Amino acid sequence: MDLIMPMSSVAAASREQRLSRPSPSAPGLSLALQLQRAEFCLDVKLNLPAQGVSVLFGHSGSGKTTLLRCLAGLERADGEVKFGEQIWQQGRQWLPTHKRPLAYVFQEASLFEHLTARGNLDFAIKRVNQRQLQNSGKPLLVEDDIIEMLGIGHTLKRYPQQLSGGERQRVAIARALLSQPSLLLMDEPLASLDEQRKQEILPYLERLKSGLALPVVYVTHSIQEVARLADYLVAMDQGQAVAHGTLAETLADPHFPLQLGEEAGVVLEGVIEQRDSQWQLACIRVAEQHDIWLRDNDKPLGAAIRARILARDVSLSNSRHEDTSILNAWPVVVESIHTDKHEGLALVRVRAGDTPLLSRMTRRSVDHLQLHPGKQVWAQVKSAALV
Amino acid sequence: MELSEADFTAIWLTLELASLVTLILLVISTPIALWLVRSNSRARPFINAVVALPLVLPPSVLGFYLLIAMGPHGPLGKFTESIGLGTLPFTFAGLVVASVIYSLPFVVQPIQNALAALGNRPAEVAATLGASPLDTFFRVTLPLARSGFLTAAVLGFAHTVGEFGVVLMIGGNIPDETRVISLQIYDHVEALDYTQAHILSALMVGFSFVVLLLLYGIRQPAGGRSWT
Repeated sequence: MDLIMPMSSVAAASREQRLSRPSPSAPGLSLALQLQRAEFCLDVKLNLPAQGVSVLFGHSGSGKTTLLRCLAGLERADGEVKFGEQIWQQGRQWLPTHKRPLAYVFQEASLFEHLTARGNLDFAIKRVNQRQLQNSGKPLLVEDDIIEMLGIGHTLKRYPQQLSGGERQRVAIARALLSQPSLLLMDEPLASLDEQRKQEILPYLERLKSGLALPVVYVTHSIQEVARLADYLVAMDQGQAVAHGTLAETLADPHFPLQLGEEAGVVLEGVIEQRDSQWQLACIRVAEQHDIWLRDNDKPLGAAIRARILARDVSLSNSRHEDTSILNAWPVVVESIHTDKHEGLALVRVRAGDTPLLSRMTRRSVDHLQLHPGKQVWAQVKSAALV
Repeated sequence: MELSEADFTAIWLTLELASLVTLILLVISTPIALWLVRSNSRARPFINAVVALPLVLPPSVLGFYLLIAMGPHGPLGKFTESIGLGTLPFTFAGLVVASVIYSLPFVVQPIQNALAALGNRPAEVAATLGASPLDTFFRVTLPLARSGFLTAAVLGFAHTVGEFGVVLMIGGNIPDETRVISLQIYDHVEALDYTQAHILSALMVGFSFVVLLLLYGIRQPAGGRSWT
């Protein structure tokens, strides 16, 4: 269990997500791109939402970074890219990168070595297109706020060589934000950092996500980053978008095409509803109707958080058990049953109201419980990790 | 023992020639180097080879072909005559053209190496921050590849100062027009005026040494750059 995800009005957001599935409403980012590469053939048609974090998730070599570079105009693919009303690429029409209202955070910190951290920020600030900014009606990101949000005040006078890996990446993120983008593209911004630095930066990314109304396209191969940051998930494999949708729905899709193995499971968003100081537990209310009791981690009541529930931690039974150590039991309906990678195991998708869950069990248990789509059963959640 | 007026004329002419050639070379070598680094064109190895030719050709061969090309029947000569410039051989202008071609690889290659070492990333970063290509070149590429450009300028200048064969073929030996230091030394030796030859030669040795010292000084602080 680690950090908590603060989010303003999570209930409203999650309601909106549910309504907008499967495809988000325009005007977000719409793209249809083809590009032949030695390793894969990029062929993607997608609409990404105009708000929140859309994660492109896949193994290395799946084409997710190439897709991001094509969006930025750093690479030229055939097809079209539209951002809201703006055409970035269509037929022969091509808007060069420096005219697209975007910012890009590269995998390794790409600060200009001949400038101080301050100089790097100023580079972005000086090139803000004032007229474009006014037309967009977007609220201005204030320099001092961004510096404070990313905790880089102490780095400003130093050169990139004098900064730690984590500090450099935070300065790079601040620089990207201060170019006042309408869309932020991030290419595995944590991948080049060690575990400790990752944990250092993730909270900043979460703050950015909750604090700014800026759509983000985020590339990663880490399911942890997906769980913490994603609102919308696109699974990439061999240059194709093999699945996409809101985070909850896509992760709960038993056909989720990337083998997550032990990591298979769902991410639920909820609000801390009450806490039990005697047993040091907190109660998370998910989708305004289901409660999960978890280890308390001192977040205030009403705080929005995310919890990850792995398929292996969810068991099903035909009746409600009272004499069990498991605290959390919900009545659910079986939606579908799928053979897992191992023939002896099954992934069962159930639904508690609007909330989908995955449960992994042996096929023998499926048979024993006589599970079939439509059957009402009880789901016990053994543990849920706050992400 | 003192430098004669003719010696001073030769020195002044040489400095004038080398400065002008260096300036021209920096301007034309930059786009060539940028193209050589960024292009995937099939013409790239050919252009690379053409640029490097003066490195391996005897100056007399280069001078010979330049003489023919710039002569009244050569393509370059016809062109310069048609626009009313006359022919270039045995003029200062002809010497500038020949020196530019002769010293080209010494300027293109350091710039090319510096740009290749820098990679595309800084320019990409600048573009995503809204910088136009020209803005990017002057504010990012040039400062980051500064030592490459300095090396190129120093090498181009020094190499032009030191040329002899091409000057002899193209420029002849006309005082105040094409008679540079290396030719002046040659003249002194021919006239068995060894003292004067010594002075000028010692000047050249000193100059070359300072240039090399400068070069290694430029290269020292490089490194520690991590664009991965």
